[in-house]
Amino acid sequence: MKTTIPQAPSSACQTCPAHNVGNLTKLGIDMEEWDYVIALAGNPNTGKSTIFNALTGLRQHTGNWPGKTVTRAEGGFSFADKRYKIVDLPGTYSLLSTSLDEEVARDFILFGQPDVAVIVVDATRLERNLNLALQVLEITNRVVIALNLMDEARRHNIIVDERRLARDLGAPVVPTAARSREGIPELIQAIHQVATGQIVAKLHRLKNESPVLKKAINKLVRQIEAAFPGLPNARWVAIRLLDGDQRIIQAVQRGELGELAN
Amino acid sequence: MTNDEILKTAEALRWEVGGDFHESLVENIYTNAAQLADRAISYPDKPPRFDLDRSIDRLVTSRVWGFPIMLLLLMVVFWLTISGANVPSAMLATLFLEIIYPFLKGLAASVGLPWWLDGLLIDGVYLATGWVISVMLPPMAIFFPLFTLLEDFGYLPRVAFNLDNFFKKAGAHGKQALSMSMGFGCNAAGVVATRIIDSPRERLIAIITNNFAMCNGRWPTQILVASIFIGGLVSAQWAGLISALAVVAITLLGVLLSFVVSWGLSRTVLRGEVSTFSLELPPYRPPRIWQTIYTSLIDRTLVVLWRAIIFAIPAGAAIWLVSNITVGGTSLAEYFINWSNPLGILVGLNGVILLAYVVAIPANEIVIPTILMLTTLVLGASGEGTGVMFELDSLKDTEVILRAGGWTLLTAVNLMLFSLIHNPCSTTIYTIYKETGSKRWTLVSAFLPVVMGFAVTFLVAQVWRLLGG
Repeated sequence: MKTTIPQAPSSACQTCPAHNVGNLTKLGIDMEEWDYVIALAGNPNTGKSTIFNALTGLRQHTGNWPGKTVTRAEGGFSFADKRYKIVDLPGTYSLLSTSLDEEVARDFILFGQPDVAVIVVDATRLERNLNLALQVLEITNRVVIALNLMDEARRHNIIVDERRLARDLGAPVVPTAARSREGIPELIQAIHQVATGQIVAKLHRLKNESPVLKKAINKLVRQIEAAFPGLPNARWVAIRLLDGDQRIIQAVQRGELGELAN
Repeated sequence: MTNDEILKTAEALRWEVGGDFHESLVENIYTNAAQLADRAISYPDKPPRFDLDRSIDRLVTSRVWGFPIMLLLLMVVFWLTISGANVPSAMLATLFLEIIYPFLKGLAASVGLPWWLDGLLIDGVYLATGWVISVMLPPMAIFFPLFTLLEDFGYLPRVAFNLDNFFKKAGAHGKQALSMSMGFGCNAAGVVATRIIDSPRERLIAIITNNFAMCNGRWPTQILVASIFIGGLVSAQWAGLISALAVVAITLLGVLLSFVVSWGLSRTVLRGEVSTFSLELPPYRPPRIWQTIYTSLIDRTLVVLWRAIIFAIPAGAAIWLVSNITVGGTSLAEYFINWSNPLGILVGLNGVILLAYVVAIPANEIVIPTILMLTTLVLGASGEGTGVMFELDSLKDTEVILRAGGWTLLTAVNLMLFSLIHNPCSTTIYTIYKETGSKRWTLVSAFLPVVMGFAVTFLVAQVWRLLGG
């Protein structure tokens, strides 16, 4: 006789894994042997693959050119008795447009609901890199920012105030120089804290929206929240719908968004 | 609230927020990012140091020096590969063919293996594999680390920058330069790399023309034929340099062909706008030499070599079989060669080469060994039994066999051209099918180059003969 496992009460458990096993399976990720899944996102050529290698101890080839990783790489590590699976997403500048690599990255973060999204940011090109970070932070609050290439920033006489950045973004920021493994232990620590719910970041909301826009977004958000209660990123979905994003329209039609509620 | 109602509301609101919604959205993200970055970053008021990166960029992407530097680097890489690979290749060949081969033969005889099994396994499978390893491993072990060092240093995006203008004029995407660079390693990898191109039209162009980036599997052929027939035209001390020059010339011809074909496609079946993009020139980073050599050996050299071996095993068996299955006293191979020889001669090649290309569809790497084996079969000059694939110790011996098989400078030149242009290997074709999801475009990508290969070699042969070469 089978015993039925009671459904976990929604949103109560901060320490439970947040990832979406069903959707991850659809995306080709098997979570059988892992406790948490981490997505590695970032602009091209920010040392994402180097961070991936530093975290996993793998020696995948890392190239110095944008677009090196067009497919997903997977690896894993253990920390504090937890097994973490890492998925290295293709490097992209944004999650808005329609190229295949951006879609792969966006779908994984949205539908896979990774326990932690590590956004690798180039400290020497902070402004451009933050564009992507802000977009990820609209989808998920389970974020750690790896402020990478700190060695190059020092070489170019750039000083980044990571505490202020962390405060402004509302997410943990860890300075790293992955080539020399600088900051990697701290990064693992931060990943662990976000995965286990010891650090809870907040979703980022863009400032400076026009009143017309605000009104439209809010109206749509109310409807979306009514249809999909518990959806963590209704605001982002509203914006994508207004923008006419086909994939998100499809997700609303098929009710896929309902699976993302917690 | 049903899902359709949400979409209806969104539809209605889309009119309210106006058509510039997307732009204002993007602008808003940029403004937010700029503000955040501005608050977080400070520059200590030291005078800026001499900017090495920018100075290098001015040189390697300059209008005057950009291309010469590119060619020079390419030359140096090929020259180091060609002249460095000879000795270890010969050593490996001695090991596999003069020490292990007789040993295996003796072993097979002592356990009383039937002749056909002995032939199939040792003369077919083992020799094909041994040949592929001894010919491919040394150049790859030299070329891949060198190429990877250039890549790690940050040079490849500069190549793309230099070529961007040409691609744009050809109606293709500038990022095609990057997928083409990948194609120099392996066309299948190059085809996957076209994912960085957003527009489906430009991506198809990049996929179809990737074949013209001469992949690793074709270098052994190019290098060997260039060393024998073109390096042989000059005195020994210049031979290495001239051979390298010939290989560079063929490589450049491939680049030129991808422009021409891109241009043709974008003006006929794949018409459309050229999309703009911004190419980021990454900072130069000092390559981590040992780690690069290690990873490029593990990640690339061994992976490519393994693939070649996997394909060489059945191909070796197939070659032995077609050479040893006889109908009415003539082997299948000879039937095909006699049948295709007129066509081969017409395009300045011969029937042996055509059969070798049919056998080598799974992997271009085994073209040369197949040609040598089939040539001896036709000449009937083999002491060890027909259908034995073998390696000859020196270039001189190889040359003797090929010249006896009726090879001329024209044959060599046309073989190099055909090897550059002909159809992609079966792995690449399968990858193209997976990436495009279209049988039609897969067929185009497979057959367009074959037709072009025959057309080009045909023309060269006619002009050559007309000029009395």
